Amino acid sequence: MADLAFQLELVRGDFTLQVEETCPPGVTCIIGPSGSGKSTLLATLAGLADVDRGRVAVGSEVWLDRARGVEVPVHERRLSYVFQGLALFPHLNALHNVEYGMHDVPRAERTERALKLLDRVGVKHLAKRKPRTFSGGEAQRVAIARALARSPKLVLLDEPFSALDRELRAQLTALVRDLAGELKVPIVHVTHSIAEVRLLADQVLRIDKGRVVARGAPGDVLAEISDDV
Amino acid sequence: MSWDPLKLSLEIATIAMMVSLVVGTGLALLMRWRRLPVPDLVDALISAPLVLPPTVLGYYLLVAMGPDSVVGRGWHALTGHDIIFTFTGAVVAATVGSLPLVVRSVRVGLESVEPNLLAAARTLGAGPLRVLVTVTLPLAAPGLIAGAMLGFARALGDYGITQMVAGARIQGIGLDTTSPASIFVYDQFIGNHEAAARNMAIVTTLVGVTILFVANRVTRRYYHRG
Repeated sequence: MADLAFQLELVRGDFTLQVEETCPPGVTCIIGPSGSGKSTLLATLAGLADVDRGRVAVGSEVWLDRARGVEVPVHERRLSYVFQGLALFPHLNALHNVEYGMHDVPRAERTERALKLLDRVGVKHLAKRKPRTFSGGEAQRVAIARALARSPKLVLLDEPFSALDRELRAQLTALVRDLAGELKVPIVHVTHSIAEVRLLADQVLRIDKGRVVARGAPGDVLAEISDDV
Repeated sequence: MSWDPLKLSLEIATIAMMVSLVVGTGLALLMRWRRLPVPDLVDALISAPLVLPPTVLGYYLLVAMGPDSVVGRGWHALTGHDIIFTFTGAVVAATVGSLPLVVRSVRVGLESVEPNLLAAARTLGAGPLRVLVTVTLPLAAPGLIAGAMLGFARALGDYGITQMVAGARIQGIGLDTTSPASIFVYDQFIGNHEAAARNMAIVTTLVGVTILFVANRVTRRYYHRG
């Protein structure tokens, strides 16, 4: 059980991101207005966006340390990232989408493990179908199964449920809650939904203009703000 | 009437298409490289065959690959043959003519790939080569297919560069020395053999149009498959 610890600084035009936090295993929800830097923060943690200064470590594994010239390439960071648009590969079926992250698993075991993951999120029946045939909720479930395929040390969720109706959101939020209990790794979840924060979060970071302006237990942070974040 | 000129043109165009697809894909990828110096100049140089007179291109190729050039001598040492006035020269001429079309089509294909998909592949543990082979190229396939077909059609129709670099008569694979279809039509017309010129022109047109038609259909089907 390893904490995620990061200290990041980047300046892009008028926008500055400057954060230093620790996320223990469990769900850390990041809230804040649009343009506050939530998605940028996830991208920098994954290594998909450059930072000017900073350090990212999961437990004793250092992924980025600008001062020491350490920068582990994105593909060597053992993380899972569920993108806002999900980014399922349109040319691969659900099974192959999930297997994509399993290249270090022996070939003979991949299919069985991928099917188990699809079954775990309730969409095993979609295994041979391509993403264009999925409903919104089905696509989300496949994306979550794919994210879990790497046995990650860190999970990053960038508003994955934003396009879903309330009922589906509730189902998938419950699924993430269950998975968080099983994975026991830091899960950083960007959301605009107060309901999601209440159901999921162990810790909340509220970001505004690239800086953390509040942190703590959901009840404490949410007490300070309205329902609209 | 012998159809060897058409067969020769199809041989040249097929090989030129394959070479220009490989080289063109490499150049299109190079042009996506963020640190490429003076990208506009590189683009202009690659596109130059679209605007330069074929004789000018042919002249450059003659100078660059002639028997006294470094390339010409190297090729001779390697194969025992010259490039100029041979089948190889005809392939090079057709490749140079079709390359800009291939590069442009492949670039459109590459630009149609959502950056998020490439980022997703990286977060799933794929290094640059695996991302290229398993995500970028398959999703850019419509552009690659369109580029290959356009390149083939352009190579099939080349006259000027081929005339300059390969001459009027070339020995193809398994063929006697003959002219490519484009040169054959001109020679027959000038030699007052109008029927032969007309027949070759019609068949070459049918082949060219059919290829473009198939390319359009295949490309559309790919896009609709999502």
